[in-house]
Amino acid sequence: MNASTPTLTARLTELLRKPFVWGVLAILLLLVVNLLKDPSYLAIRVNPTNGNLAGNVLDILRASAPIVLVATGMSLVIATAGIDLSVGSVMAVAGATSMQYLQSADAASSMSAALTAMAMSIALGAVLGMVSGALVAYVGLQPFITTLVMMLAGRGLAKVITSGQNTTATNEQFRWLANGYVGGFPVVFLLALVIAILIMLVVRRSALGMMILSIGINPRASRMAGIKPAGLLITVYALSGVLAAIAGMFAVSSVMTVDVSQTGYQMEMDAILAVVVGGGSLAGGKLSMGGAVVGALLIATLDKTVVFLGVPSSATPAFKATVILVLFLLQADNVRGLLRSRRPRPTLPTEPVDTKVSVAA
Amino acid sequence: MSVSTPTAPVVGTDEPSAVSRLWGWASARWRASASILPTVAAVVIFVGMIVYGESAYGRIVQASTLSNLLINNAHLIIIAIGMTMVIISGRGGIDLSVGAVIAFSSVSGVLLAGAGINPYLVMLLMVGFGTLFGLASGVLIQYFNVQPFIATLAMMFLGRGLASTLSTKPERLEDDSPIRELGAVIKIVDGPKVDDLMVTPGVIIAFVVVAGAFFVMHRTRLGRTIYAMGGSRTSAALMGLPVKRTILTIYTLSGTLSGLAAVVYTSRLGIAQNITGLGWELDAIAATVIGGTLLTGGAGYVLGSVVGALVLGLMNVLITRDGGIKPETTTIITGGILLVFVLLQRAVTARRRE
Repeated sequence: MNASTPTLTARLTELLRKPFVWGVLAILLLLVVNLLKDPSYLAIRVNPTNGNLAGNVLDILRASAPIVLVATGMSLVIATAGIDLSVGSVMAVAGATSMQYLQSADAASSMSAALTAMAMSIALGAVLGMVSGALVAYVGLQPFITTLVMMLAGRGLAKVITSGQNTTATNEQFRWLANGYVGGFPVVFLLALVIAILIMLVVRRSALGMMILSIGINPRASRMAGIKPAGLLITVYALSGVLAAIAGMFAVSSVMTVDVSQTGYQMEMDAILAVVVGGGSLAGGKLSMGGAVVGALLIATLDKTVVFLGVPSSATPAFKATVILVLFLLQADNVRGLLRSRRPRPTLPTEPVDTKVSVAA
Repeated sequence: MSVSTPTAPVVGTDEPSAVSRLWGWASARWRASASILPTVAAVVIFVGMIVYGESAYGRIVQASTLSNLLINNAHLIIIAIGMTMVIISGRGGIDLSVGAVIAFSSVSGVLLAGAGINPYLVMLLMVGFGTLFGLASGVLIQYFNVQPFIATLAMMFLGRGLASTLSTKPERLEDDSPIRELGAVIKIVDGPKVDDLMVTPGVIIAFVVVAGAFFVMHRTRLGRTIYAMGGSRTSAALMGLPVKRTILTIYTLSGTLSGLAAVVYTSRLGIAQNITGLGWELDAIAATVIGGTLLTGGAGYVLGSVVGALVLGLMNVLITRDGGIKPETTTIITGGILLVFVLLQRAVTARRRE
């Protein structure tokens, strides 16, 4: 029993060093705050007629779906020491494409129309991502500026697709994405989770993850080791584009309207935050897709909490900033040092004395 | 034209031949000019845009159009200068908070002026708010090892959120407020009809900032430290340069300049809102990149960023003048121009490496 106590504390401190644990703690803290406001916050009801689950937690899960997808793609891009600022615009492009197609197809309950719209949106997302990837991989442009160009151009493209209008369409199958339930859980969340887990498995169970990380750690060394970065980079950016496109469809399917200037607006910032909260480093070479998912859930929880607490929605950013700042300050090494320095460390001061003596001798 | 060596012949073959010396001189000149080439390209394209605009639409090369270009973009020039310093310092240095800081600074400034506080004090406070935001970013980056992107993103959220808590509707500056004097048009040359050469105190402030930044970057220790840090932060620290203090200084400077830009912009428009400056950080980054500053740091010129800001401004003028360009496509055009510039930079830097 004596032996198990130190290993437990050691394991606990080891766990606290993992950044995503702080994300989980932050989510729990936010839920507690909500519970204090309304003790029944976490209650989950079962709809008696169709057996679907309902409740605040389900709302959070539903809202987190697009962020989970985009953050998963972003975590891979960031692991290669890149960044993808274009995800929000790609979301708008995908939303605009599907809405415009469904409107012109005029098929209110056609499965094939819904599938065509999805395929077109995903293909367009892939193409936009591939263009970014090719510019980064072959031309050697900086990811930041490449995807900034794509962000500007993508937003414009979305507006061109809908001729600047906020297009509305009706299609039951497409709408099912946002409103449907499978096994009591919202389809969007299940889809996002399945896609994220699939990507995680593929990346982690193959050498793909290692190769992506090697590009982020040292591109030259990885090239010398026989890894071809160009193909990998294009794949990663294309995947980010595809995931953003799916997220865009999720975002528009709940209201079946695309707002070309608001759909996906500043989603890139949320996704980057999610990745960094989850333990990614913008310098590359770190990959924690699970952490990114935790980060995405945190941001969704944060958004919903702000609404629940009745903070005006325009002030949400300030609330977000506060949580981010607290989270990063807790993770900062010297703040931890400050908290730890109350404990005296006897071995440290003797060290310089020893060397001095040895020099004198 | 003599290229032979003026020194006495030396025994041995160490003395480089005239041809190789000439080659060395030429390649050194080329290398020296390579870092300024993107900036030169920006100037060339700016002139090209003016020539095209004049021939296609007319009334571009005239005092009033060019004066208005400066007046309408004075605030962008000021924030682009701050962004340039931050980006040149390297290691992912970037300031995403400028637009949000301007929003907070101008909304609070207009509200304070409306509450009857001395307008000159208000202007000082507006600049001071910017300084505080910049200082906070700098402290986060320097002392808490937060990545610049994340630290300034947090400040961006904070600034935008605080501005929104102050007010969500357009706040008007009183018509007789002395703050408006900074935006008042002064005619220097009274041309025919409305073709006057004009200037506002805001433009003069922008010029002073540009001159000051040029002096700091090329004639002071601070400037050299910023360039050295962008080249290699480790080397700069090993050389004994005050890297920590400089990081704090540049982010504080960038924040202060954002505050100043808020004063200049608010004085011209007379209205502040929580959505003021939305996306301006991207404009400032675009201006900096178009002006020839490398996002990896270590190379770039503040004067280039001025040209970059004017290129963006002129582009808007040309798009408005054309009239046939759909408003939806404007961001595509901006993106396209940005892409052309970075491809050009890439071509130049690739050649330099060979």
